Amino acid sequence: MEIQVKPRALTILDGVSAVLFFAALAMVFFYAPMEAVMGQVQRVFYFHISTAWVGMLGFMSAGVAGIAYLRTNNRKWDIVGTAAVEISLVFFFIAIVSGSIWARPAWNTWWTWDVRLTTATVVELVYFAYMFLRQGIDDPDRRARFGAVYTILGFISVPLTFISIRIFQSIHPVVIGPGEERMGMTPEMRNTMFFSLFTFSVLFVDLLWHRIRLGWLSDKIEQLRLKFAQ
Amino acid sequence: MKTASSLSRVQAETPRFTLLRATAAIVWKDLAAELRSRELLSSMLVFALLVILIFNFALELDARTRSTVTAGVLWVTFAFAGTLGLNRSMAVEKDRGCLDGLLLAPVDRSAIYFGKAIGNLMFMLLVEIIVLPLYSVLYNTNLFNPGLLLVIFLGSVGYIAVGTLLATMAVQTRTRDVLLPILLFPLVLPVLISAVRASTGFLGGAPLEEILPALNLLIVYDIIFIAAAFMVFDYIVEE
Repeated sequence: MEIQVKPRALTILDGVSAVLFFAALAMVFFYAPMEAVMGQVQRVFYFHISTAWVGMLGFMSAGVAGIAYLRTNNRKWDIVGTAAVEISLVFFFIAIVSGSIWARPAWNTWWTWDVRLTTATVVELVYFAYMFLRQGIDDPDRRARFGAVYTILGFISVPLTFISIRIFQSIHPVVIGPGEERMGMTPEMRNTMFFSLFTFSVLFVDLLWHRIRLGWLSDKIEQLRLKFAQ
Repeated sequence: MKTASSLSRVQAETPRFTLLRATAAIVWKDLAAELRSRELLSSMLVFALLVILIFNFALELDARTRSTVTAGVLWVTFAFAGTLGLNRSMAVEKDRGCLDGLLLAPVDRSAIYFGKAIGNLMFMLLVEIIVLPLYSVLYNTNLFNPGLLLVIFLGSVGYIAVGTLLATMAVQTRTRDVLLPILLFPLVLPVLISAVRASTGFLGGAPLEEILPALNLLIVYDIIFIAAAFMVFDYIVEE
């Protein structure tokens, strides 16, 4: 029953994430210089790229957890997989919304069918489907197996979607505005970006830990409920 | 003792042969059932025609629009009719307890997957074989292009490889047939993207080197998805 007590390290990590988060926010607003062409709206870029990064981390963790679950049949990996999917879902959504905020003044449109935007959307759709799939299954063992299989298939298919759109664009070049990697950044901007990336990675670990603990606890409740129902 | 040793020798000698025979038996079972009921093919066909009809009015398919959207219309039609067929084919197994019977059979589980997949592929190809000339006649477009036929075959293989797997999953859930398109479409997107692209290329008479990347991708998807489905199928029929 030691799991009921919140680990000390997790509390410390909470604090660290909060401090880092405010520091990153301060850097974005006060340390990073104003972008010459786009102005203030460019500041959304730092958190945009960080949320997209966390979404990617979650996506990869879910795929790895899916493989680990099928190999070991250990409930722990199912909990890790669900946690990663949920975090990825939320952060990709934030990345898409913040990207739209930036795209409106930069590209003069809220949305284009650019390869990255489309791929992020497909990941969202795959994960919504994953949630629907899990909701439709009562047996926890089967739910875990199907969930793992689906995350693995998504893990294979989404990069292929990315590649197939990429190849299309190399045949028919379309003008989509400046790519992020081609933006000339000052050292302050680069520092802010890397600090934001680091902050959000810590935040990801913190959230993942919380969500895994939540998964364990709800598992325990389910078991207790079954025990008392008998 | 004698029978036991001869039995084990038989099993040791012919594992590949039994896999092939079991697969063929399942395909045959599906075909025979379909020949008698004609439920699946007729509903897929009528549905496909309805989709084309709706597209006709939704897109106002006049001669100029047609040349650019034909590939898209065809693939959307195939994808929608395909989900209908996949759902039906697995629901029949689940409803009458046939899936449990198949699982009890002393054959490799992958024979069940390949058997169902080949059966589904045959139905989908049959629908496509009927839809293509109909579309040609209705819209006065020549679709008899060997390249296009190849793309349609490769695309259908990829679609069915994932579709059969996901349909097997979907029928075992509470939401069942509603779930299949939601599960399937985001995963099968790469197949559809490159199939539409290659089809448009062939229909528009583009040079082969422009179509080749999409065609290559299609082959790569087929191989990857068949291999992946083969590896994970055991986990989704386990009880």
